Amino acid sequence: MTAVTTPRHSVRELLSRVTGDAKHAPSAHSTLDVLWVLYDRVLRVTPETVDEPDRDRFLLSKGHGPAAYYAVLAAKGFIPPDRLDDMGGWDSPLGHHPDRMLIPGVEIGTGSLGHGLGLAVGVALGLRAQGFTGSRTFVLLGDAELDEGSNHEAIAYAAAIRLPITAIVIDNRSSTHGWPGGIPVRFPGWDASVVNGRDHDEIEKALSPAAGPTLVVAEV
Amino acid sequence: MRDVFYDTTTALLDEDPRTALVVADISASAFDDAHRRHPDRVFNVGIREQLMAGVAGGLALTGMRPILHSYAPFLIDRAYEQIKLDFGHQDTGAVLVSIGASYDAAAEGYTHQSPGDVALLDTLDGWTVHVPGHRDEVPELLRSAARTDERVYVRLSVQENSRSHRNGSVLRRDGSPVVVAVGPMLDPVLAATREMAVTVLYVNTPRPLDPAALRELVTGEIVLVEPYAAGTSAHLVSEALRDRPHRSLHLGAGRAEVRRYGTWRDHARVHGLDAAGLQRSIADFLSA
Repeated sequence: MTAVTTPRHSVRELLSRVTGDAKHAPSAHSTLDVLWVLYDRVLRVTPETVDEPDRDRFLLSKGHGPAAYYAVLAAKGFIPPDRLDDMGGWDSPLGHHPDRMLIPGVEIGTGSLGHGLGLAVGVALGLRAQGFTGSRTFVLLGDAELDEGSNHEAIAYAAAIRLPITAIVIDNRSSTHGWPGGIPVRFPGWDASVVNGRDHDEIEKALSPAAGPTLVVAEV
Repeated sequence: MRDVFYDTTTALLDEDPRTALVVADISASAFDDAHRRHPDRVFNVGIREQLMAGVAGGLALTGMRPILHSYAPFLIDRAYEQIKLDFGHQDTGAVLVSIGASYDAAAEGYTHQSPGDVALLDTLDGWTVHVPGHRDEVPELLRSAARTDERVYVRLSVQENSRSHRNGSVLRRDGSPVVVAVGPMLDPVLAATREMAVTVLYVNTPRPLDPAALRELVTGEIVLVEPYAAGTSAHLVSEALRDRPHRSLHLGAGRAEVRRYGTWRDHARVHGLDAAGLQRSIADFLSA
């Protein structure tokens, strides 16, 4: 664990600069702490290594509400902070859903729910096939996003092949019909933990490397 | 053609470490040996076509060259949004190889048929479409596709011509009306037009459809015969010939579901894509 003090207010200031996201505001803030821990303590990727083939991969599947994502990327130098002021504008590379072709460091373009986990499985397999066994693959979803059936294709397959991949589900109880019995039982064969999605140390501990598929449910 | 696809893909996996194969149970056993030799690059995800496309998209993001394969309705129709977003929107590519085509799986019924696959891909940017008319055309089409990072669809069929030809071959030059035969439509077109004064152009790569070939040959009348939904290529013919007067006829599989089983020959007859049906349609058009 790093002993660096997290400049939380700095990220929050950056977040407050992001405009045009009122509709998705709760979902945007729900991811902030997990994203900060990932980029501050876990991921081996920097603005200088966004094209390195062995970098760690973080895939934001839940492309809705990317304000926190953009704020963290800005705090870590991937995006000039000035860019945050015009999200969704004609001249802005920052959309209401992120586009990998417009933002360095964004691994996938998302918005339509249920695509990131399948892509992440393929990314992890591609890294392994090329011998990048030290490179980790993370994917972040929302609890409502789990409604999409495509996720469950990926969940079952990753478990069947014991793929080392880390899925993070931000649980702000936004799924219309909910997940009676909890989210981990929807990930059979995965090592699962449920953490306080605002507790940085708890999040970091849950994101430790593992041999097989790992689920971290971050409750916010 | 299906066996040639197996053999060529197995060879590509042996030769090029960038190549990967993703299947969804269909044809999986044909790649058992390839899987044993390349367990890190040959994947059977089970009966999960959305995942097949997603996994391939992820592989492509890391620089691999994925080949996906299933029946056309499962590969294209079912996973359409994955094809749109997991390749095109990510600016990556893959080689999609289908079997079943429009009505090869006649006895299986409409669930296993995809007359609309090429039309669906026409809604997206940058797809090359190969429709080989003979098994001997398959290896080079696959190999050239595997060498690039482009988005490529290879549409295999049971129906095939008696011999192979190159894309853009002019097989007869007997008159000014031009009949364009796509893939396995060539033999029935040649049989149907035997007594007609026409020029026959063979195309096994209908996307991109070469406008120069059409502009060079067509002086007034064009008939395009394609084995998928009738009229799929009409917009491209119209675009290629936009500045010259022409009459056009577009033949292909009909929209209406044929609720009968039988063989692909029965369905070709019902759609008017056998030699007799084509002869009638083309003769009517040219005499009008």
